[in-house]
Amino acid sequence: MGATIEVRDLTKWYGNTLALDGASFTVEKGQIVGFLGPNGAGKSTTLRILTGYLPATSGEARVNGHDVLLESLAVRASIGYMPENVPLYPEMRVEEYLRFRAGLKNVPPKDRRTAVERVIDRCRLEDVRRRLVGQLSKGFRQRVGLAESLIADPPVLILDEPTIGLDPAQIQEVRHLIKSLGEKHTVLLSSHMLTEVEKTCSHVVIVAQGRIAKTGSLAEMRKGIGEQRIVLEVRAPSGRPGEGPAEMARAVGQVSGVSNVRRDELSDGWQQLLVSPAAGADPREGLHHVVVQRGWSLREMRCQLETLEGLYMQITAGDAATLPKSAA
Amino acid sequence: MAKILLLARREISSYFVSPIAYVAMALFLVISGFFFALADFRPGQPAAMRSIFDVMMIILVFVIPIVTMRSLSEERRTGTLETLLTAPVTDTEVVLAKFLGSWLFYLAMLAPTLLYLVLLRVFGSPEYGPVASGYLGLALLGMLYVAVGVFASSLTSNQVIAAVTGFAILVVLAMLAPWMASVVPAPWRSIIREASVRTHYTDFSQGVVDLVHVVYFVALAAYILFLTVKALESRRWR
Repeated sequence: MGATIEVRDLTKWYGNTLALDGASFTVEKGQIVGFLGPNGAGKSTTLRILTGYLPATSGEARVNGHDVLLESLAVRASIGYMPENVPLYPEMRVEEYLRFRAGLKNVPPKDRRTAVERVIDRCRLEDVRRRLVGQLSKGFRQRVGLAESLIADPPVLILDEPTIGLDPAQIQEVRHLIKSLGEKHTVLLSSHMLTEVEKTCSHVVIVAQGRIAKTGSLAEMRKGIGEQRIVLEVRAPSGRPGEGPAEMARAVGQVSGVSNVRRDELSDGWQQLLVSPAAGADPREGLHHVVVQRGWSLREMRCQLETLEGLYMQITAGDAATLPKSAA
Repeated sequence: MAKILLLARREISSYFVSPIAYVAMALFLVISGFFFALADFRPGQPAAMRSIFDVMMIILVFVIPIVTMRSLSEERRTGTLETLLTAPVTDTEVVLAKFLGSWLFYLAMLAPTLLYLVLLRVFGSPEYGPVASGYLGLALLGMLYVAVGVFASSLTSNQVIAAVTGFAILVVLAMLAPWMASVVPAPWRSIIREASVRTHYTDFSQGVVDLVHVVYFVALAAYILFLTVKALESRRWR
C-alpha cells in the first residue's frame, strides 16, 4: 500500500458512454506525474473520481491509503485540487477567498493568516491580494487557484490542465512553481500536451480512449524508444514495369540489417521509406547498393531518432494510423 | 458547525454584493410599503400590522425565489460547486449553509419593515403581542420559502429556471392549495388544507402562536432541505 495514489480497474460510464475503461496506475510519494492524453480521453473524469466529486462505476481508488468513496472526507482533506478552468468566486477578494478556503480546509483559525501569507508569497500574489477575483487576468486566476490548492499544505496535489489558456511567460512561471512543489508534495497534473509534461514531470501516465496506454518514468520511456530510423526519399524512373512503390518497399526490406520498412507516398510523387534497422545493424551501405542497382533516384537519406512525440501521436491517434501502410 | 457558519458567512456577503438581491429587496419593500399604507396605516384602523402580515405571504412567493435562485445554480454554472464539494465538507453542511445564509439575508430584508411599527407608535398605540407573533410567523414562513428556493436552485444551473421552479412550487403551496381544497372530493380536502401554507400562517398575524403551526413550517422546511441534499448527491448516480 506504499503508493500515494493507487487506482485499480477504474471504470466510469456516463449513461451509455464509456469514459473510463479499467484504468489502473499508481503514483509514488514525491513524484510529479503527468496525466497525458488527448481531450476526451478520460483525464478529468479520473481526477474527479480521485477527488471524490464523482463516484466510479466500478473499480477502486485510494489516495494516501484512504478509499475515495468510503473515506471521502479524509481523502479530500489530504488533497489540493485545482479543477479545469479554475472556478473561483468573482465577487471575493484574493486574500478573502484564500482565508475562506483555509477555513474550509481545516486550517485552525490561528494559523490561517500565516497560511494565506505563505501561499500569497509562494504564488506571487502580493500585488493583487486586495483585488477582486473577477477582475484578475487568466494568469493571476490560475495562480490564485494554485495558491488555493496549496493553502492547507496537502501532501497530494491534483491539478487539471494547470497551464491551459496561459501565455508562454505565464506557462513558464506555473511550470517553475509546480516543479518546486515536487520537493514536498506528490503532484498529479493532467495535460494534453506532451511538451508540457516533459518539462514538468518525472513520470507519465498516458491515457487514450479511457484506457491507460503507457506508464513509466520519462527517462525510461525515452530509452525504450530512442531507436534510430533511416529515412529515404526515392523515386523510380517512370514507366518501368515491376517497379511500383510496393515493389520498392519490398526490395528495401530485403537488404540485410533491415527489420522493418514503412512507406509513405509524398505529395510530389516521391516515396518516403522509413527503415528500422535490426538491433545493432547499420544497413546504410546496403541501402545505397539497392538504390544504385535499381537505378532509382535518391534525394535524401538521413538518420532520425524516434521521439516521445512520435510515440504519443501513435498512441493517441488510434490504431488505424499506427499500422504500416505497406510493410515488407 | 464551524464550517456551516463559515460557508453561510460567505453566502451572506455574496448577497450583499449582488445587484439582484438589492433589486429583490427593493421590490419587496416597495410592495409591502404600498400595502401597509393602503391597508394598515389608515385613520380609523386599529394600530396593527395584520393586513401587511397576511399580504406578505403572497408577496414573498414572488420575492424569495428571486433572492435564492443563485445560491446553488450559480455555483453549478461557474463550476465552483466542484471546488466546494471537493473540499472536506459534507453535502449536508453545504446545503444547511446555503439555507442559513439565504434565510439570514431574508431576515435582514425584513428589518426595514420595523419602521412600520415606529409609524404606528407615533400615530397610535399598537399592541405589541400580535406584532411579535406576526414577525415570528414571517420568520417561519421565510424558512419554508427559502428552503423551497434553495431546493429549486439545486436542480439546475440556470438561475431563471431556478426562480421559476421555486415560484411554481410556492404558488401551489401558498396560493392554489386553499382553492384546491375547495374543489377536491371530501377525503382529500382536509389533507390539502393541512398542507396549505395559509392554514398555518394566518394565526400568527392574529397573535396566536400554535405549536402545530411552528412544527408545520420547521418540519416542511427540513424535509425540503433533505431533498436538496439528495438533489446535490444525485450527481453521484445520475
